[in-house]
Amino acid sequence: MKTTRLPFRHAGLLLAGLLLAGGVQATAAEHVRASHAWIRVLPGNLPAGAYVTLHNDSAQPVALTGASSAAYAEVMLHHSSTAGGMSRMSMVDTLTVPAHGEAVLAPAGYHLMLMKPKTPVKPGDTVPLTLKFSDGSTLATDFAARPANAVDAGEPHAAH
Amino acid sequence: MKPRYLLCLPLLLLLAMGALLGGCRSEPLPFRLTNISGHMPDLDFKLTDDNGKAVTGAEYRGKVVLLYFGYTHCPDVCPLTLAQLHVVMQRLGPLADDARILFVSVDPARDTPAVMHAYVNAFDKRAVGLVGSARAVEALSKRYRSAFTREPGDADGNYEVSHSSAIYIFDREGKARLLATPSASQDDLVHDLHLLLDTGATP
Repeated sequence: MKTTRLPFRHAGLLLAGLLLAGGVQATAAEHVRASHAWIRVLPGNLPAGAYVTLHNDSAQPVALTGASSAAYAEVMLHHSSTAGGMSRMSMVDTLTVPAHGEAVLAPAGYHLMLMKPKTPVKPGDTVPLTLKFSDGSTLATDFAARPANAVDAGEPHAAH
Repeated sequence: MKPRYLLCLPLLLLLAMGALLGGCRSEPLPFRLTNISGHMPDLDFKLTDDNGKAVTGAEYRGKVVLLYFGYTHCPDVCPLTLAQLHVVMQRLGPLADDARILFVSVDPARDTPAVMHAYVNAFDKRAVGLVGSARAVEALSKRYRSAFTREPGDADGNYEVSHSSAIYIFDREGKARLLATPSASQDDLVHDLHLLLDTGATP
């Protein structure tokens, strides 16, 4: 019995190993769900802020490193802070989405700064962005373009 | 003993003046935001509005003014603050026609009146964009002990500006009355602006 089961056991281990190895590339994005994705559209070519809530359903933390979009020449991950009555923005390398938790990119905090729109983006448009994670995996997410004076994603079911 | 006495004298004088002024006043308004009445100078500046017209602080006498420093290449906090002020103005209803949001650019190199015009009007029709020389803007920000600094730029000439996040609120006579932060509750802003707009309305 033992001798006949061994190969299967090895096969099982091998399969698990392959799954893990294959999973490393896609895991982060596969375990992340994006919601409340929106962009505050500003007039002209002014940089715009993009916001999204990321939910991670895995047991491992996941790190967002940035995003790209066909609609903008540059996208940067930024953090706004207010200290001592002063507002400032700084670039950040990663934003961690905790295991079984969420990370919120929202006004006056973390955001994606979208620079140099290639074609004018208008409120009401849907803008696809590709979110990038530290393991190289990506997540395509549709962002709703909202007017400059919007205060949130404005979704009818946004009650969380 | 003597030097200490001398140091105390101006303080005592200030206290006495405060008591006298307080005595002349009627009931103080029950503000919820930080009351700066008597602690900041009246609204005064020489700048250019977003229509390209030269304006001074006197232009806005009769209006309740919300003064905020920022710049248009600020994609996050400035638009959030202006969006929240827009919501506050909406909640004030017709009363808001007697209020003005003055958005002063601390980035005169990039913010022209035309850029400012498109920008402020994307938020509220009662918002005015003000630009001026680096010196004029600095004079105004110093007047209100506000501050801003330009961060080093990147190769493309992009740069960020750190700036004071305070909102200064003036009454119809141009007197500084309240200080709010962008995180102030909209309820408090609406409440206090009601108090200022309800008093001294021009018939």
